[in-house]
Amino acid sequence: MGRWVLPAPFRKGGNELDFSAVFSNLDLYWSGFLRTLETSLIALVLSLVLGLLIAALRVSGIKPLAFIARWYVEFLRNTPLLVQVFFFYYALPQLNLGFLNFTGFQAGVLGLSFYTAAYVAEIVRAGIQSIESGQMEAARSSGLSYTQAMIYIIFPQAIRIVIPPLGTEYINTVKNSAILAFFAGADLMYVADSLQGSTGAIFAVYTTAGIFYLIITIPISVFVNFLEKKLLV
Amino acid sequence: MKKTVVLMLALVFMLGLALSGCGSSEKANSGGSQSTLEKIKDRGKMIVGVKYDVKLFGLKDPKSGKIKGYDADLMRALAHHIFGEDKNIEDILEFKQVNSKTRFELTNNGTVDMSSATATITPEREEKVDFSNIYFVAGQSLLVKKGSPIKSIEDLGPDTTVIAVKGSTSEKNIKEKAPDAPVKLFDDYAQAFSALKAGKGDTLTTDNAILLGMHKQNPNFVLTGGLFTSEPYGMIFREDDDEFRKYVNDFLNEIKESGKLAEIYKKWFGEAPPEDILKENTMLK
Repeated sequence: MGRWVLPAPFRKGGNELDFSAVFSNLDLYWSGFLRTLETSLIALVLSLVLGLLIAALRVSGIKPLAFIARWYVEFLRNTPLLVQVFFFYYALPQLNLGFLNFTGFQAGVLGLSFYTAAYVAEIVRAGIQSIESGQMEAARSSGLSYTQAMIYIIFPQAIRIVIPPLGTEYINTVKNSAILAFFAGADLMYVADSLQGSTGAIFAVYTTAGIFYLIITIPISVFVNFLEKKLLV
Repeated sequence: MKKTVVLMLALVFMLGLALSGCGSSEKANSGGSQSTLEKIKDRGKMIVGVKYDVKLFGLKDPKSGKIKGYDADLMRALAHHIFGEDKNIEDILEFKQVNSKTRFELTNNGTVDMSSATATITPEREEKVDFSNIYFVAGQSLLVKKGSPIKSIEDLGPDTTVIAVKGSTSEKNIKEKAPDAPVKLFDDYAQAFSALKAGKGDTLTTDNAILLGMHKQNPNFVLTGGLFTSEPYGMIFREDDDEFRKYVNDFLNEIKESGKLAEIYKKWFGEAPPEDILKENTMLK
């Protein structure tokens, strides 16, 4: 009430390009960077496991399982990630079950993993279903079981198709991890937001956050391109 | 073609006249030898500046169009005091919206007779306007769940997480006064309160007025430890409008005696006013 101070760039003599607020807080940025990296890595592993499982259920041919898998994908893909993490962070504790009270970091990792898994499942399913049906028929007639045919014939071919969109999805996961900032998750975006609040330096603070994100995403992008070329042969 | 242009010009001109007419009709006017109180009585109504966007003090209800809050209710009581309890409030009081930037100027230039708009009394402001006695003491405080072991700011340490809002002065203050306590920052007060309710931290800190609003919304959460910063609010008067300022101060003391002030205070903040409310404004020049 009446105590708001205008952020520095709007005050007389303020300099938008003054990066001193960033340089004196680089340690904060690095801790935020590590938190973002950690979040993305855990979400990558969890969503890959869960996504493969759901894709397997969808192509399993067992109706009830395929049905569950399909609706999992529909629910998770068709609601905003933010809503899902709000649910984990704020709504679940209302049930008063002690173990469901997640920290911002845990809620963010869980939300990201479940959400990304839906996309991974769809990418993998599309990859598997894009393999000609003749492949399966040929494998089965040469004496392989359905599962064997999937593992030895279909899956290795599908991987080639699946890698590029999967890489894109993981770059998205890194960027989506910025939702942690809403839940005091201490990630890069949270660090930037807080510094913006306390120092008023807007331009410098968010530009630097962007650069730190690129440190993670550019290598993933390069690596995926490399894999893509290698697998084409 | 030419005709339309002429017609348009005429319309614009007329509109301009009409607008300028509106602007000057309802001015409280600072000139002349009449005192503010006489002017209000001659006019038949009082014109006051209040905020329209501050919860608990002056907030315009989008449905009814009424201004709700402590500031607004005090001004209603004042209008009744001047014109009599039996009068219809709509006839004797007119609210004008002011904000933190306009409240001093609009009072000084006579657009409003006075303002009651969450203004902190400071020496710099006393140079330009005059303030009433202190009708509310704002300051930073702590909100905790009922039964919390936190009783004051001294109880905050490494294992008590404090919730605050990004970019607020309260964040800075708490980091100075309780440097060991970890702080979690959220984007706005609604989220910060949700986080406290969900057990994401042990206490939430910001201005007591905002905390009182949260307490009203959910009485399971209470203010604790008093204020650790202090910002006295005063009503704003034109510089050297001593007669009217004294009149309003007397009125405030009167409703303090009668219990009406406590009633209004309690209606908005859910608790009795502090003992020393209406303490004299010592910065007065």
